[in-house]
Amino acid sequence: MSYTKTAKALHWLMAILLFGLLALGFYMHDLPLSPDKLKLYSWHKWAGVTAFLLVGFRLLWRLAHRPPALPDSMPKLMQFAAHAGHLMLYLLMIAIPLTGWLMSSAKGFQTVYFGVLPIPDLLNKNKEVGDLLALVHKSLNLLFIAVLAAHISAALKHHFIDKDDILTRMLPKH
Amino acid sequence: MKKIILALAMASAFSVQAAEFTQVQPDKSAINFVYKQMGVAVDGKFKKFASQLNFDPAKPTAAKATFDVELASVDTGAAEGDQEVAGKTWFNTKAFPTAKFVSTSVKALGGNKYEVAGQLSIKGKTQDVVVPATFAAQGNTGVFDGSFTIRRADFSIGEGSWAKFDIVANDVLIKFRITATSK
Repeated sequence: MSYTKTAKALHWLMAILLFGLLALGFYMHDLPLSPDKLKLYSWHKWAGVTAFLLVGFRLLWRLAHRPPALPDSMPKLMQFAAHAGHLMLYLLMIAIPLTGWLMSSAKGFQTVYFGVLPIPDLLNKNKEVGDLLALVHKSLNLLFIAVLAAHISAALKHHFIDKDDILTRMLPKH
Repeated sequence: MKKIILALAMASAFSVQAAEFTQVQPDKSAINFVYKQMGVAVDGKFKKFASQLNFDPAKPTAAKATFDVELASVDTGAAEGDQEVAGKTWFNTKAFPTAKFVSTSVKALGGNKYEVAGQLSIKGKTQDVVVPATFAAQGNTGVFDGSFTIRRADFSIGEGSWAKFDIVANDVLIKFRITATSK
């Protein structure tokens, strides 16, 4: 049993998008103010909105199309850890763009999708709240990197040590 | 008796008409602006300005207004933005610490609407501007409200890498609320 083509496409599309978002986020943060910095911030926000929409669609798809079960060869504890890890990934994929959105509002810089579609501000401008959300956004991303590292390590372990199909069943041609 | 009342009424009507609003209340006045950054409208303001005002609703054409805005008191909405716009490519506040508006003529448009023509000088450049404003008085307190758009390039605000309008738009909306009392 394998994943649907759509589930695979969403997985890899979001993998590319989220790595790009992470790299861009950490890079742009320390830049001195310049037109390029403002451009990168806007791109980061647009990509973040896209990721938020994609994860919403992905969750709906997942509800309608159950992913293949984990192999019986996996110990129960490992299966539990795998489910917990995926739950963490989904929670973070929702919480991270959400905190970015809230932070933008609190800092007084509304998110306008592709420069044309204003995303409503859920918070009023407030410097303290903005700074706090920036810290939360950053911390959640550091946690996300840790969970991603575990996710990738686990996939590689399945492939090279356990020699099961956990990694390959997510590949396009499987 | 009737005559006295009438006389009093006329006198009070006259005194209201003759009220000249001259004392600007800084704590009840604000000069704000809105600029667009890649399609995002961002609010800013100037925290300090000095002003001289003579406005008599009965003689609007004789009205005069002068504003000196302390450019270093700018709040762009972000601390690093405040620092940036004080620099040479933006306001260059060291060489040009203030923006100055001097009215040249005032037209009454009917109702509570007025049109104030004047000269706006920023960063060594002067432009004619026409500022629509409304005026509402309550007792001896009057409030002017209005907004107008300037193009930052007309004043060389944002030079060098900022000169293009793809990141920060050329149009900047200036919004003001000036509260003044009569003596």
